[in-house]
Amino acid sequence: MADVTDQTFDTEVLQSDKPVLVDFWAVWCGPCQVQGPIVEEVAAAVGDKAKVVKLNVDENPVNAQKYGIMSIPTLMVFNRGAVTKQFIGVTSKDTLVAELNK
Amino acid sequence: MTYDVIIIGSGPAGYTAALYTSRAFLKTLVLSGLEPGGQLTTTTEVDNFPGFPKGIMGPQLVTDMKTQVERFGAEIKQEVVTGINKGTVFTVTTQNNEYTAKTVIVATGASAMYLGLPSEERLKGKGVSGCATCDGFFFRGKVVTVIGGGDTAMEEATFLTKFSPKVTIVHRRDEFRASAIMLDRAKKDDRISFLTNKIVEEILGDTEVTGIRLKDAKTGEITDYPTQGVFLAIGHKPSTGFLQGVVELDPKGYVVVKRGVSPLAAQTETTVPGIFAAGDCVDPRYRQAIVAAGQGCMAAMDAEKYLEAHGTEVHA
Repeated sequence: MADVTDQTFDTEVLQSDKPVLVDFWAVWCGPCQVQGPIVEEVAAAVGDKAKVVKLNVDENPVNAQKYGIMSIPTLMVFNRGAVTKQFIGVTSKDTLVAELNK
Repeated sequence: MTYDVIIIGSGPAGYTAALYTSRAFLKTLVLSGLEPGGQLTTTTEVDNFPGFPKGIMGPQLVTDMKTQVERFGAEIKQEVVTGINKGTVFTVTTQNNEYTAKTVIVATGASAMYLGLPSEERLKGKGVSGCATCDGFFFRGKVVTVIGGGDTAMEEATFLTKFSPKVTIVHRRDEFRASAIMLDRAKKDDRISFLTNKIVEEILGDTEVTGIRLKDAKTGEITDYPTQGVFLAIGHKPSTGFLQGVVELDPKGYVVVKRGVSPLAAQTETTVPGIFAAGDCVDPRYRQAIVAAGQGCMAAMDAEKYLEAHGTEVHA
């Protein structure tokens, strides 16, 4: 699954023509280690319908701050540059897939 | 295919049980639940689990337990159990699947409690957090508050001083449940202050936390206390909702185990023969990783005995 950074966020997420699920995470966050594999499964389940990426908040403070991340894991769905849904805390595969399939 | 043992939960109790059953060549499935690894995944340094003279990080400890279990062939699936039915074997239902097993070990642990205020729910992720180790990073230079009086509250407050210049512990009584060493460490830290006999009435803020409204437990006086972050550490409740009507639970939701009077009796059997329980879901008193691990071992050995008595070959 692809990593996005402060440098690539604009092209990879905001300008994407497909919905994008972004997993905001960090190495030192225990629940994020749980969320990671779930997000991988979500990516496999939605296939071409949506893009699934992760952003390390430690290394990419600009976007973490821009989107007001104060708790991780946070999962955000972007549609044509706008945040359309946000989940805070470990979120199940079913919930995320259902959101992306809407 | 019917498993010999299904273990529900993946903290120290569940993984220790799985270690014992898989080493006894019992066909073992671990269903790891919504928070795989359990409460250890949100802790920092664990200094009271013997065998690690320099301490070990909680998430690492539980990851190592998982790796050890996998070595002996237990299957681990990240699914959440929604129910158990008893027939000739037990049918364990998850969101997407059904599995059958001759015995079940419940090791679902406990999850952090919230205050239950609408303002708290609204400001979650906007300054309200249940996990200091996850979210402390976002409060660099900010003034924060920890609610609670136990070891978790002390640990979180001490951890938060890495980021925050001023941490206040707010507790509804003036006595602390925290262990002497943890309380002492917090009290000696001049970045940490204490507000006791204060009950949180409301979390204040529109788009992010700006303060908390406190009521004095003795005088009833209401005050607003400014803070930019609220970390909740007010205790845990057993994760046993799905067991309602399956096995007996006590009024607080803990699984009732027999704790047989004879030291030779199975100590972890629930009110349903063949279902055993271990760890924080049965234990309102000790609630330690090492105790949970010990009980997980007991449950595994009780399940082995039960299987032997019911005609399954066990190679302990």
